[in-house]
Amino acid sequence: MNEMSAIEKTVLNDYKYGFVTNIEADEAPKGLTEDIVRFISSKKNEPEWMLEWRLKAYRHWLKMEEPKWANIKYPPINYQDIIYYSAPKQKIKPKSLDEIDPELRRTFEKLGISLDEQKRLTGVAVDAVIDSVSIGTTFKEQLAELGIIFCSMSEAIQEHPELIKKFLGTVVPITDNYFSALNAAVFSDGSFCYIPKGVRCPMELSTYFRINAENTGQFERTLIVAEEGSYVSYLEGCTAPMRDKNQLHAAVVELIAAENAEIKYSTVQNWYPGDKDGKGGIYNFVTKRGICQGNNSKISWTQVETGSAVTWKYPSVILKGDNSTGEFYSIAVTNHHQQADTGTKMMHIGKNTKSRIVSKGISAGVSNNSYRGLVHVNKKAENARNFSQCDSLLLGDKCGAHTFPYIEVKNNSAIVEHEATTSKIGEDQIFYCNQRGIDTETAVALIINGFAREVMNQLPMEFAVEAQKLLAVSLEGSVG
Amino acid sequence: MLSIQNLHAGIEEKKILKGINLEIKAGEVHAIMGPNGSGKSTLASVLAGRKEYEVLEGSVTLDGKNLLELSPEERAGEGLFLAFQYPIEIPGLTTTNFIKTAVNEVRKYRGEEPLDAVAFLKMMKEKMALMEIDQRLLSRSLNEGFSGGEKKRNEIFQMAMLQPKLAILDETDSGLDIDAIRIVANGVNKLRNKDNAVLVVTHYQRLLDYIVPDFVHVLYNGRIVKSGPKELALELEERGYDFIKNELKEAV
Amino acid sequence: MINSVEYFKEKFDLLQHANKDSLLGSVHQQAFNAFRTMGIPSVKHEEWKYTRVGSLFNKEYNVVLEQKPNTISEKEINAVRLPGHEEANELFFINGIFSFGLSKILSSKQLVVISLKEAAAGEYNDVVSKNFNHSSNYLKDGVNALNAAFAQEAVFIHIKKGQITEHPVYIYNITDTRSGNTFSQPRSLIHVAENAQVQMVETYIALGHSQDFTSQVTEIIVEKDAHVEYYKIQHEGRDSSMVSTTHLRQVGKSYTHTVTVSLDGDIVRNNLNVVLDAEHCEAHLYGLYFQKGSSHIDNHTVVDNVKPNCFSNELYKGIIDGDATGVFNGKIFVQPHAQKTNAYQSNKNILLSDSATVNTKPQLEIFADDVKCSHGCTIGRLDEEGLFYLQSRGISEKTAMALLLHAFSDDILSNIKLPAIKNYVDELIEKRLEM
Repeated sequence: MNEMSAIEKTVLNDYKYGFVTNIEADEAPKGLTEDIVRFISSKKNEPEWMLEWRLKAYRHWLKMEEPKWANIKYPPINYQDIIYYSAPKQKIKPKSLDEIDPELRRTFEKLGISLDEQKRLTGVAVDAVIDSVSIGTTFKEQLAELGIIFCSMSEAIQEHPELIKKFLGTVVPITDNYFSALNAAVFSDGSFCYIPKGVRCPMELSTYFRINAENTGQFERTLIVAEEGSYVSYLEGCTAPMRDKNQLHAAVVELIAAENAEIKYSTVQNWYPGDKDGKGGIYNFVTKRGICQGNNSKISWTQVETGSAVTWKYPSVILKGDNSTGEFYSIAVTNHHQQADTGTKMMHIGKNTKSRIVSKGISAGVSNNSYRGLVHVNKKAENARNFSQCDSLLLGDKCGAHTFPYIEVKNNSAIVEHEATTSKIGEDQIFYCNQRGIDTETAVALIINGFAREVMNQLPMEFAVEAQKLLAVSLEGSVG
Repeated sequence: MLSIQNLHAGIEEKKILKGINLEIKAGEVHAIMGPNGSGKSTLASVLAGRKEYEVLEGSVTLDGKNLLELSPEERAGEGLFLAFQYPIEIPGLTTTNFIKTAVNEVRKYRGEEPLDAVAFLKMMKEKMALMEIDQRLLSRSLNEGFSGGEKKRNEIFQMAMLQPKLAILDETDSGLDIDAIRIVANGVNKLRNKDNAVLVVTHYQRLLDYIVPDFVHVLYNGRIVKSGPKELALELEERGYDFIKNELKEAV
Repeated sequence: MINSVEYFKEKFDLLQHANKDSLLGSVHQQAFNAFRTMGIPSVKHEEWKYTRVGSLFNKEYNVVLEQKPNTISEKEINAVRLPGHEEANELFFINGIFSFGLSKILSSKQLVVISLKEAAAGEYNDVVSKNFNHSSNYLKDGVNALNAAFAQEAVFIHIKKGQITEHPVYIYNITDTRSGNTFSQPRSLIHVAENAQVQMVETYIALGHSQDFTSQVTEIIVEKDAHVEYYKIQHEGRDSSMVSTTHLRQVGKSYTHTVTVSLDGDIVRNNLNVVLDAEHCEAHLYGLYFQKGSSHIDNHTVVDNVKPNCFSNELYKGIIDGDATGVFNGKIFVQPHAQKTNAYQSNKNILLSDSATVNTKPQLEIFADDVKCSHGCTIGRLDEEGLFYLQSRGISEKTAMALLLHAFSDDILSNIKLPAIKNYVDELIEKRLEM
């Protein structure tokens, strides 16, 4: 038992993103009212139509009820005890990346994100978001030469109102669900990407989200539009300091793929999961949805979910265009008291649409890990194909693994297959590795990486290495 | 090299090994034979450190080092290798990655630098040629979907890569046809030298036609009841294990 | 449109002359309170997401509360008897009320058939108090509660210890709708004692052309070393709807084998619960649904692994034609400490028409780590390769389809171990395949 707690200690220490940056913040008072919505909108100097949009969402939200159907338990959230706007105070508004407050720059460097374009070896453009605002976006100029818009959402509202008006809220309407309505009312920043017709984005675009301030909620909104024949690969990473109090994160991501366009969206979610007794951690309620609007379009979601105390998240694809493809690759790891209820929805509407779901859940400690998915084949969706594979791996006998796949088929030309298995890491596998000189921790990491490989292969190289380390760290001490 | 003295061991209250004594020197091949249930596989498992088995009495040393105090991976680091009777499948983990991890962990244990990708590949190519093993096998998930023969060849390939002092082959011949046995035995023979030793655990004499032992021991009811030169194996094959049992009865 | 809660309140009050303080009386009362709280399940109820029963409760029905003089002639009874009945024990429910007069017991050495009231008051008091309404732990909805509240004329069947019931037990649920829409709620509690063996067949018949709605609950307790086969055959017409619950609770190391065949009906909802409440239990669950027209079939199954080392295997197959809808929801629970559970589940569906729908939700909820569980499901149309192969050998498309569908069904039908019943179902399928 002593040995166990020593290992657990290292696990805790291993949330290496748990530090706090000391920087003065510009904050809204606690609580949510129409005035706060107005406050946020005016802070961001938004046009009237944007404020109206927010207020509509807020008024709708007031009438909604928090959903209760997911397989997660948490104490009631007091929405009046949250700060809805917090921005690090910077003396001058940075005009270029060089003017960013050095303290913030250091924060991101500590997280392994360099905002210094020259120093970056790989071609990844980054939008860095801290608490409620974006503090800088790299490689903007180079991308602009190709007509690609990659900037913070606030900037997009100012600079590209016609695009925002046209696309914002078209995939996830403000009335969609409780958390998306809340987000629409109070979202403070996020990223906007627009890939014009025929352009293949030459580098990975990424947003790095960081919660820093205490008692704040983070509500970012991301919108990616890929016009006809374009391609983009987008990455998202998130961390937060270790705090005793739970913090709310309710994001919305909308993807729109026109004819022959492809969007690949990868997430490594590592919000602070809380300590081993379940104290603290982020409540992660996220609505992510993409629409394959045009024929032959493709949207692919890949997620590695290791963080958060509670995760509620179902990245979905509406397969509207004929011959369009939706993919969902997921690894969700829960340890200690974490709870995850995650999965996807594949809505087959167009003809010859295809979807593929690969979900790998790993549960350890006293955690609960649920896969919840819907495959819906519309009456007119001729020749729809879906294949789903949901595997669960249990480590220890106090955790739970659950699968809730909903399959609705209204067209007889569909072929829908679903497979699920549950297993554990066997003593015999561990011993075999031990006998070859591999210690138990390494053996577990090897087996888990093997279990997760199909999903890992979907991640861009640079992310995959990071994600693999993350998996090992998240599960350290849970076997043997 | 290996010294086993008065080894008693069992599983879940059941005593299986009841006083084993065995000395193996570098360069030697020993065979342990015995009827089903005599304790052959238990001995192999206890030497490798399978934790379900409890050692009740006695000592085991490898070059003077007390093995019983060490974890299975430390024993592997000391140079003990067990070729499993039933090699384990690990879906998703490639054989190459597995072996690379093992080789470098063992090197780390011995205080050696890990092999870089180039050096590892070079070593693997050499051993692949030596063991006549197909590249394709190595890029597949560890033992998953391998035939019986492929699994056993993979075991011997790992032995080649890890270069143990003492290799224990636990019923490596079980379930193999004669051609597969020949290939596996060839592999083992190529790896033999004056500095290492092999302990072959088997029920049948057949494998010993190809891996010729210096000594044959008969394990019966948890004890080595008879030891002799390689001809003993032939005698056992001809007369069956009953003759040992009868001899024992007469002795009583 | 009627307010069903108030409607049943009136009826329930009529029954209250019975002893309220008795064991059964208090269960009835609690169940009725539960019904009033939960009401009729809407599609917002997760377990009723795909099946609307609200409309069934919006009608006026004859609700028969107690034994009435028999209105059904011998000839009519003979017409509905299942093949093999000469060699079977036959039990009859008429409009939800158990009829001792019509029932016939051949195996009196092995079988005890008495009213549930008598069982509760006498030597089976303990069995009844421990098991009656155990299904309510699994079915938290107003339909189940309503049955328990009204189960005044239920039957208790006891298979004696160590006895092998040589004749199968046929249970007929007859609803007489000749005098108007009728709602019936049959209820049985069956106790299979240690080392006993029994084969049971349950079927449903409507007489008349008004609408019938049957809400039935059969609870079966299976003791150590007992062996139970249970077959349910549903092929009522389009005027008949039902919610039919079979709740098997294996309290000792035992074996159960169930086959549910659903061939027609308006709205048919089956609940099959298998609670593996002892180590080393084994359960086999098979189902076939073959629906056409606008019929709606919903199979909800639960396998609850409470104790370690149990084995369960489940296979449900569906063929959906016309505008019909097939629903399958299979849950496997593995409770904490139920280590070494082996649980398999498979659901396969064929959609024959453009307007057929299948909704399926196989579900695993696992709280122990040393388990092997898997589920799979497929939805698609008839294998075109196979069809082509047969046609290329000179077989007409229609015959080829029939052959393939019959082969598809055979995985299930071959598990009916009573030859007379298997042949009977085979014939029904053949007839259906003449399409």
